Amino acid sequence: MAGAGAVRAVRNRIRSVQNASKVTKAMELVAASKMRRAQERALSSRPYAERMRAVLAHLSGYAARGDADATHPLLQQRAVKHFAFIHITADRGLAGGLNSNMNRAGATLALEQQPHVERVSALPVGRKGRDFFRRSGFPLLAEFTAIGDFPGMAVVLPIARIVIDDYSAGRVDRVFLGYQRFVNTALQRPTFRQLLPVTAPEGAGGAKPLDFIFEPAPEQLLQMLLPRYVEMQIFEALLDAAASEQSARMVAMRQATDAANDMVQDLTLTYNKARQELVTSELLDIVGGKAALEQQ
Amino acid sequence: MPLALSVVTQERTVLERRDVLRLIVPTTEGQITVLPSHAPLMASLAIGELVVVVPGQQIPLAIHGGFIQVARDEVTVLADAAEHVEEIDEQRAEAARERAQRRLAGPRAGPEAVDLLRAQLALQRALVRLRVRRRRGGATGVPSAR
Repeated sequence: MAGAGAVRAVRNRIRSVQNASKVTKAMELVAASKMRRAQERALSSRPYAERMRAVLAHLSGYAARGDADATHPLLQQRAVKHFAFIHITADRGLAGGLNSNMNRAGATLALEQQPHVERVSALPVGRKGRDFFRRSGFPLLAEFTAIGDFPGMAVVLPIARIVIDDYSAGRVDRVFLGYQRFVNTALQRPTFRQLLPVTAPEGAGGAKPLDFIFEPAPEQLLQMLLPRYVEMQIFEALLDAAASEQSARMVAMRQATDAANDMVQDLTLTYNKARQELVTSELLDIVGGKAALEQQ
Repeated sequence: MPLALSVVTQERTVLERRDVLRLIVPTTEGQITVLPSHAPLMASLAIGELVVVVPGQQIPLAIHGGFIQVARDEVTVLADAAEHVEEIDEQRAEAARERAQRRLAGPRAGPEAVDLLRAQLALQRALVRLRVRRRRGGATGVPSAR
């Protein structure tokens, strides 16, 4: 039967599981507060995005009408020889299946594209994705890590610069943007969409077109607006991915805390049983000893 | 009818007003004033001072490039960056100005050439910040162009 040593072992195990659950509980709370902030940031970036889309829709209509030959390079469709994709993951784990799902989605996309093009490269943003593609020896266009919990424009600009330069110079013919889209707290979905060439947003329609004055000409305005549109999309994706990361971590940590608490309950039961058995067997010893003495 | 104005950057909405009487905008083609019933306009913005005139008050903003769209008395400013007076750190701007001027005075050959443009832009930004900061809010009169 279980001796005093076994009882102590169970008690130690309970204590260590309890400590673990305190840690995961704290991480859950931290992730919850970061998630709120990440969501607020995503929300406050929305007015710019909406207005940018409206302005661009307006402008691209004019520029297209003006001179068909003068399409901006970022709008030009061409045969795809080199396909690249920006792949946003978190820097850190402990977020359930968030990063591995994203990596799997990225790998699937790469495999789908490979038969159709000469080259496929990834541009991982975030350590988990970078490590994944490096481990598999996948060609990388560039890599960005340590982007922080609340990425700002300082993170966006170099990424945008690389893809825009490579696209303009003809080194890359199509660029996709992939990230974990925030659906709700419990659900994030790996999402890929085309970043370059830019597909200009559709106009709202209905409203009668206005006779705009352009300063400078629409083509020049477009040339300044398009890179910003690309930046904006990357920024949106980063903000969304940040909200996804925090909410995935919050849910994962809550599950870990619940599992730890269940375990403590089971262990406490085992502990009590073992202790009872120990007491019973000690009592039996005493009673048995006493009975033996009395019989003499 | 007053103008409805929103000044937004990638990260936030800087200013949102529906009672704008007039605004003075630094575009790349020169400074313009937008009054109600202005013709539809799309223009790119320079680094400069945007002054928003509302009843009884002038709101100066330092803006660092971007776009403006005016359509049906609705003005949208898509700024690369925009700051209110009280958000500008005068000492930092001053330090940035000195740094930029020092760079501009330095050697101009070789790999430094790329830095020249950056230093010029940094200087412009610092000067705009300082000008907006030193004017403070509530000053009357039309601001000088330079």
